[in-house]
Amino acid sequence: MSTAILEFEEPINVLLTEIEALCLMPRTPARHQEIDALRHRMLQVRQEIYSTLTPWQRVLVARHPKRPYTLDYIGRLFTDFTELHGDRRFGDDHAIVAGFARFDGEPILVVGHQKGRDTKQKVYRNFGYARPEGYRKAMRAMKLAEKFDRPIIAFIDTPAAYPGVESEERGVAEAIAYNLREMAMLSVPIVVAVIGEGGSGGALGLAVGDRILMLEYAIFGVIPPEGCAAILWRDTARKVEAADALKVTASDLVGLGVIDEVVPEPVGGAHTDPAAAIRLLAPALSRAMQTLTTTPPDLRLQQRHDRFRQLGLVGIDGV
Amino acid sequence: MAWFKKVRRPMTAPTEPSRVPEGLWVKCPTCAQILYNKDLTANLSVCPTCAHHFRLDAVARLRSLLDDGVWKEHDASLVSNDPLGFVDRKPYAERLREGMAATGLRDAVITATGAIEDLEVEIVAMEYGFIGGSMGVVVGEKITRAAERSTAQRRPLVIICCSGGARMMEGTLSLMQMSKISMALARLDRARVPYVAVLTDPTTGGVTASFAMLADISIAEPGALIGFAGPRVIEQTIRQTLPAGFQRSEFLLEHGMVDMIVDRRELKPMIARTLRFMGAAPPAAPSDTIPLPAARDAVRAPEPTLDERSPQDT
Repeated sequence: MSTAILEFEEPINVLLTEIEALCLMPRTPARHQEIDALRHRMLQVRQEIYSTLTPWQRVLVARHPKRPYTLDYIGRLFTDFTELHGDRRFGDDHAIVAGFARFDGEPILVVGHQKGRDTKQKVYRNFGYARPEGYRKAMRAMKLAEKFDRPIIAFIDTPAAYPGVESEERGVAEAIAYNLREMAMLSVPIVVAVIGEGGSGGALGLAVGDRILMLEYAIFGVIPPEGCAAILWRDTARKVEAADALKVTASDLVGLGVIDEVVPEPVGGAHTDPAAAIRLLAPALSRAMQTLTTTPPDLRLQQRHDRFRQLGLVGIDGV
Repeated sequence: MAWFKKVRRPMTAPTEPSRVPEGLWVKCPTCAQILYNKDLTANLSVCPTCAHHFRLDAVARLRSLLDDGVWKEHDASLVSNDPLGFVDRKPYAERLREGMAATGLRDAVITATGAIEDLEVEIVAMEYGFIGGSMGVVVGEKITRAAERSTAQRRPLVIICCSGGARMMEGTLSLMQMSKISMALARLDRARVPYVAVLTDPTTGGVTASFAMLADISIAEPGALIGFAGPRVIEQTIRQTLPAGFQRSEFLLEHGMVDMIVDRRELKPMIARTLRFMGAAPPAAPSDTIPLPAARDAVRAPEPTLDERSPQDT
């Protein structure tokens, strides 16, 4: 439990502990009132803290170990999930899941990065760091969706693609590059939801689509703040400034045109109430899917192209 | 009485400037040979003794590849406006100014039209001297336009990669250039126009994980560092020192990631040869060359937008 408490959440935690202690004592009307007052105060404090989160604090929330992961969303948003395994070339990567399911009763294909909850799961999921096989499995599944005309939903939540020897040996760069090119041309609707950490190329490798939704406290960046601080400031401790400078938060990115919609999270972040967070994503997902499935495929592809084509023009003089 | 009388004066640099001008001589990092800079340049910056490939700037690169050393540059005026207002130890705006002063370019790439052995090409040369050849919004836009010109003119695309990856100082916008360029390359691919990538030292990060790995033919220069994650990042992850030659061209060839390794002095004829195989022909096509095949998949290539349509279409 202690690892799951973020430093800036300490005031909330103090109140929670106090409430917990009072609940253990015999109930009297006075004590009941006190608990209610404390609970009210706690909600107030939480609201205050979460309304003024710094970018670095958002990074910590996005990485929170109790935040819902891809399979949590799949379990609660979809029915009849059937997982598909393997890239048919080398192996099955557990850091990316793929499969088909039903959303709003309609068949869809889902892909997403998957982190692990406990130590054993974390190792099994390689801490959400996908290897080339993961990206190739996802592409294989997405081509299947295209073949049978099923829309695709992609969940993004990874620190990065796995930076290891075997990743390089088996061409992780090629695997990501190929996904970027092919996802651009898939003829079925693709909705992307950045639910936690959108870690550079490893995230982007599943994140090309017609609509990119992003949770309120998720992040999406070109490099982790620690890495950026180490390179540009030559000091990892400057990660707080780096997080600020890199503009990785959902509100920054909607302004830059990188994402289309910010999906609200419960007060206190998705980790305080995972079920509520998942419920909040459902309408946004439904809406996007509704719009896209009723758009003619040629027009949809043209719009996907135009959406990505304009990215970055805001940063250029003399266009 | 002092035991030691001799007072040591600290060493000082000679006050008189050296009579040997800077940059006349270069030491080869591989064979330690001292090379006369003009000789080295005349040899395309390849060590005459051991064939170590020194880094080539974008202008010298284009000169080395294009017929008569001439080309028509495109989009030279595009310049980053520092969209994030990024400041680390120094402001990004200042880094941009320094890059411009050092290279005479406005960003880390030259895009141009030229000819390689009479074959007209759209060519892209990245400039490492400009913030490590990093890819920001300007590089992304210029390469996208090059790919679009290639598709529209049915003129082969040649990209000389030399970059540390996406540019941090433009944040997620830099990252998105990977998908923007890849999307343009998807259309180039569907239109069946040849694309040759030359991977030079270094080709890493977001550049490798997008256009560098999407070519029809991938050619690496000898000994170039080519990879996705930087070697230091990998060492930190696996907590082991990496074997010698890891992520070098020869390693990539061995693992099936590039088609060939070509000495820079042989590069131009090899690019021309691959282009001819893929159907490129000089403007007045001799009858024995195969014309570029027509675009293949009508369903996948979306309709042109209204403003792209030529009058006879409407």
